[in-house]
Amino acid sequence: MAQIAIKNIRKEFGEFVAVKESSFTIEDGEFFMLLGPSGCGKTTTLRMIAGLELPTSGEIRLDGEDIAQLPPSERDIAFVFQMFALYPHMNVRKNISYPLISQGMARAQVRSKVQEVANILGIEDILERPVGGLSGGDRQRVALGRAIVREPKAFMMDEPLGALDAEFREHMSEELRALHDRMNATTVYVTHDQLEAMQMGDKIVVMNNAVVEQFGTPQEIYDKPATMFVADFIGSPSMNFLDFEGKLAKGAKTTELSGVKLPMPTLRDGASGQLSYGVRPEHISLKDSGKYRGEILASEYLGTTQIVTLNTPNGEIKARISSDQPAKRGETVGLDFLADKITVFDRKTGHALRSRLNEKVL
Amino acid sequence: MAEVRLNNVSKSFGATEAIKDMSLTIEDGAFVVLLGPTGAGKTTTLRLISGLEKSDHGDVFIDGRNANSESPAERDVAMVFQQYSLYPHMKVRENLAFPLRSPVLRTPEDEIIQKVDEVARVLRIDHKLDNKATELSGGEMQRVSIGRALVRDPAIYLMDEPLSSLDAKLRADLRVELKRIHSELNATFLYVTHDQIEAMTMATHIGVMDEGSLVQFGTPRDVYENPASAYVAARLGLPRINLLPADIFGHSGKNGATQIGLRPEHIQVGKGTEAQVTRVEHLGDQTRMHLKLADHDLVTLATPDEAIASGGTVKISAVNPLYFDEHGNRVR
Repeated sequence: MAQIAIKNIRKEFGEFVAVKESSFTIEDGEFFMLLGPSGCGKTTTLRMIAGLELPTSGEIRLDGEDIAQLPPSERDIAFVFQMFALYPHMNVRKNISYPLISQGMARAQVRSKVQEVANILGIEDILERPVGGLSGGDRQRVALGRAIVREPKAFMMDEPLGALDAEFREHMSEELRALHDRMNATTVYVTHDQLEAMQMGDKIVVMNNAVVEQFGTPQEIYDKPATMFVADFIGSPSMNFLDFEGKLAKGAKTTELSGVKLPMPTLRDGASGQLSYGVRPEHISLKDSGKYRGEILASEYLGTTQIVTLNTPNGEIKARISSDQPAKRGETVGLDFLADKITVFDRKTGHALRSRLNEKVL
Repeated sequence: MAEVRLNNVSKSFGATEAIKDMSLTIEDGAFVVLLGPTGAGKTTTLRLISGLEKSDHGDVFIDGRNANSESPAERDVAMVFQQYSLYPHMKVRENLAFPLRSPVLRTPEDEIIQKVDEVARVLRIDHKLDNKATELSGGEMQRVSIGRALVRDPAIYLMDEPLSSLDAKLRADLRVELKRIHSELNATFLYVTHDQIEAMTMATHIGVMDEGSLVQFGTPRDVYENPASAYVAARLGLPRINLLPADIFGHSGKNGATQIGLRPEHIQVGKGTEAQVTRVEHLGDQTRMHLKLADHDLVTLATPDEAIASGGTVKISAVNPLYFDEHGNRVR
């Protein structure tokens, strides 16, 4: 298996720039997520790694060797598509064997490889069945089998679970991740679903408008977002932004919003002008003692927790609190913010201000 | 608005029994969500109420009258489908007004204008009224298609997964909006989904369906906290409830229970039986620990500080778990 290093990669389609100078490194054995809204350039990036598109400029190093301009067949990378295409007239065994036979591998060896892969995927009992009558899950397993059997250096997956319904998707994502943990194969996975990315990924690249916004572990990206886009895209409900105008000095530990002092991690940079106080819903608590006040507009019951929507002097926000705590519509309550978890953003650039919380990541 | 009642309704398609002897009362002003996987009979129930299907047995009552022999138009229901279908050559305003211009309703023109403006404001599309339907984003189109139902004042609004084709953010916004619209209009809603979050957050009552039968009906809190069966318990709650043999912690289950159901809040970390941590997921607002306990997989939540890296072990014990018998029925 392999390390994949992407350096200043760029892709233009005529006038249109699909990916702007992007760099990140996928370590050997990682399950790596390319995450972003549609049109952000994530699929183009994946296709460049696989060789289905050639970059306009930049390097793609597979185990140190620059493969950016090589054809797909010389890259030793397997691609699993969103709509898993199987040969409908062949049975499961023939579908999985196909890549090996076309490589000219000896029959006996093909047999034992297919057996091994079927064993890993738990599909030994359906090897002789035609693919036509298989369930969605089994079809997906066969498609995976066909990718795995070649023992490529890395796997590329383009929203492989996109077409499935919620319950089955949850099941397959766990299965995919468990399969990865058994094989430890470097995997690059494209998705627009932030929860899927958080759940399955060792690392995540968040892309927007052809640019890499942030690159890190799920927890880093969630707790220490580099930009307002990332803070908003990750998390459900997403981060709240309390907009304000002000001047913050380097070393500041509080900021004033609508006349109330609110805490934040010690700032490493100063800033002034249009700013935003970013706080995750679960880092807000409803306390009578809180000086900053909000009016409860709605509450949504979620079992152990509830989401409360509040109107504050700095706009509408959502808080996630225990469902045992009463939250009546129309009531005005005090709010308390968890100081260490706050990120302050410069609204003009959309970037987070460096602070004690995020200085190691930014 | 009106009460809608199903009395022992059955419906088969060939050899497939889609609805089995179903009784359900949707009270005037309620927001009832039917929840279940694909094929449970949710959409068929909607279509039986709307008159798009006729029941084989049983009766449908709308506002107290038996609607069995009424046509869809006579039943006075409004339906919103998953796939929004707007007239592409018409402006938003004309799309919204269209149902009111139906020969059955014969609405006066000034009333149409007033109603369209009001609904557009409620759905926050008033600034797009003069756009063509094709010039809207997906979320706006779905709002217009909901609006086309809302301009009318029917006995009941029937909604078939209206949010499932939208992206996550828009879905979350429209959830809150639909709930607000429901309480503002004091309307009766029957809403079908397989998304448990939609059911939990919007419903006044959830009806859980399984293979053509209504297996539980109650408030979201009641269904979540007091599920009648293991099937119902598995429909609500994220991560999903863990179902394990009743004797997994050594002591036998009560009253012949063969399974225990453990939601994360039923699992105490720190003392009890040792389990292996197989994987830790940091989802931001929650940290999930995947555990292996005597050959069984289970998932629980931990605070980021409590979470143990994979490969380690934790001690866990059950706190007030749910008990189920061999058929999956709740043992109390």
